[in-house]
Amino acid sequence: MKITFPHIGNSYIPIKALFEDLGVETVIPPKSSKKTLELGTKNAPELICLPLKINLGNYIESIAKGADTIIITGGCGPCRFGYYCEVQKEILKDMGYDVDIIVLEAPEGNKKEFIRRVSKIANTKNIVKISKSLKNAITVLKKLNALEEMVLKARPYEVHENEVDKLYNNFIDKLEKSRGSREMINHLNNAVEMMKEIKLDKNREVLRVGIVGEIYAVIDDYCNFDIGKKLNKMGVEVHKSLSTGEWITEMLLFRSMGMSKEMKIWEAANPYIKTCIGGHARETVGNTVLYSKEEYDGVIQLMPFTCMPEIVAMSMMPSIQEEKNIPILTLIIDEMTGEAGYLTRLEAFIDLLRNRKDKRISQTVDS
Amino acid sequence: MAIKVGIPKSLLFYEYYPLWISFFEGLGAEVIVSDDTNKEILDIGVKASIDEACIPVKIFHGHVINIKDKVDYLFIPRIKSLFKNEYICPKFSGLPEMIKSSIKELPPIIDVEINFFKSKKHLKDTVIRAGRYVSSSNRVIMSSYNRAYLEYKKHRKKIKEGIINELTGADIVKNNIVDVRKVMVMGHPYNLYDSYLNMNLLNKIKQNEAKVFTPEMIDDKYLNKYVKDFDGELYWTFARKLIGTALYLSHKECVDGIIYISTFGCGIDSVVGDIVEKLIRRNSRIPFVHISLDEHSGEAGINTRVEAFMDMIKWRDVLEDNISAHG
Repeated sequence: MKITFPHIGNSYIPIKALFEDLGVETVIPPKSSKKTLELGTKNAPELICLPLKINLGNYIESIAKGADTIIITGGCGPCRFGYYCEVQKEILKDMGYDVDIIVLEAPEGNKKEFIRRVSKIANTKNIVKISKSLKNAITVLKKLNALEEMVLKARPYEVHENEVDKLYNNFIDKLEKSRGSREMINHLNNAVEMMKEIKLDKNREVLRVGIVGEIYAVIDDYCNFDIGKKLNKMGVEVHKSLSTGEWITEMLLFRSMGMSKEMKIWEAANPYIKTCIGGHARETVGNTVLYSKEEYDGVIQLMPFTCMPEIVAMSMMPSIQEEKNIPILTLIIDEMTGEAGYLTRLEAFIDLLRNRKDKRISQTVDS
Repeated sequence: MAIKVGIPKSLLFYEYYPLWISFFEGLGAEVIVSDDTNKEILDIGVKASIDEACIPVKIFHGHVINIKDKVDYLFIPRIKSLFKNEYICPKFSGLPEMIKSSIKELPPIIDVEINFFKSKKHLKDTVIRAGRYVSSSNRVIMSSYNRAYLEYKKHRKKIKEGIINELTGADIVKNNIVDVRKVMVMGHPYNLYDSYLNMNLLNKIKQNEAKVFTPEMIDDKYLNKYVKDFDGELYWTFARKLIGTALYLSHKECVDGIIYISTFGCGIDSVVGDIVEKLIRRNSRIPFVHISLDEHSGEAGINTRVEAFMDMIKWRDVLEDNISAHG
């Protein structure tokens, strides 16, 4: 059995750690590229959302590299993510591929069923081994998320250009080459230490922007044209409201962990949206309100074209913008999005934020 | 003076109007339903809503603006789930909020949450919360609901017989022509019965001497039987209905053609339309066409496609069938 999985940001690293600890062979799909997207777009339904198209491209490229089992995470409505498995199965069948698809989820919080599925993949019934590997993989994931967050925060302040990038890319390289979670955790600990050593010029005038929206668009840097780096280069500190680590714990433990943080987001969203409507619409609204409270300079909402929950959230953005006095830019991404146009919009938005900030500073000086 | 309750004639109105109207009328309210969808409603709706919304949601905005100044309350329930373990489209559960943030100067909205995802136990609560806006007596509310429910059942029975009430766009399916061919038109009820949105598609088919069927005419009993064999969880009510219909049709092969109407940008149709098409093409020989509508659709284009499809069905009779394989 050769296992493959779709890309979502850097999550392939902890997944690789998990299966290597369990002794299962994995095929990491080639990094998402134009070719991946083309393969996906060609074979997927026309109006389906972008993540499915990229995922499908990942599978096809992995199968070409010899994978025969696909692992995906599941979810159950109301957004179409829960149908991904069926749609992908049908498409791959029509294309003549003979692959197994295993959905990794804890149906209705049933952890036993989840362990059963993992043990089916892992080919071992040793619960201790499985849970230990799982725990280690989650540690890798969390440390990786922390490193990513540091990078987005530090990059606009770096004294020597590209220093952060060099270090980050170097470590991602090392992680890809290492085997097993222990080695990875070591590397990650080193990386965090070395990040702290990098010289930062904290006196710089830097804007702060929060990123909200659909999780795949927020996390996956191919999907969002590496928005974090683009903004950093414009002198903007970036915070992403969603991370794979939080999402996975949420999926596995059915939103029972990190309750206090979640409650805070929901409370903030409450005047605008009262119930969970699927996807991350509620989190989008809640985090936007929280960013405005934390006095961020602006918020960017990212979503794939036709994403249903985000459309609902998007319709509330004008009122939030007005009431909370925070500029919001919504960027919609699909396979036709051109990078140049996207960059222009980002630059215009950042210019606006900068003017706004300068004006505010000069006003406070005057008065 | 009676309290005026406004109901936009859009989205699930087409499925539940007998229930909603007679419920509020039974409570002594005057029910004001918005006009049939027309150009003006479409235009103001498109203007008021965000660009990314699908056309039925945009039209809903138009209907709200159409009646908002004439009524004391607007009935826009937050419909999250109608059956156990099933959701409706996410946009439906965010609808009251979408309306509130896109349209200003609204009357109070009756935005009770309808959520039967876990069970129908709190149906009574839901009904009473909706009724409280108009009446203060729980007894009156419940008895009005029960009467309205009977009314709704009667309506469902009529639909199964192929007669659709005038309120939902003329006598669409009074099949009084000597019909030869049977065409199933699939899609969400608000796409099928809004004859402005679908450019009178059902009548166009009828003019081509064919009998029109819709998924509502098939009993849920049969659908559920077929859906059980489908692997994968169908957690959208629309998905269960449409995929069930597709399985039923591909098994029975009881129609001569299938037309699937979807609207541009519909998240559900992007999944369900594709699964339906694959099922029908793989398991049956029924001709299938997928028509996608949006606010820019030209009527001539739809005419051409329907005519071509109907011609193809007719030619099939002559050219393909009844030829013995042995010559």
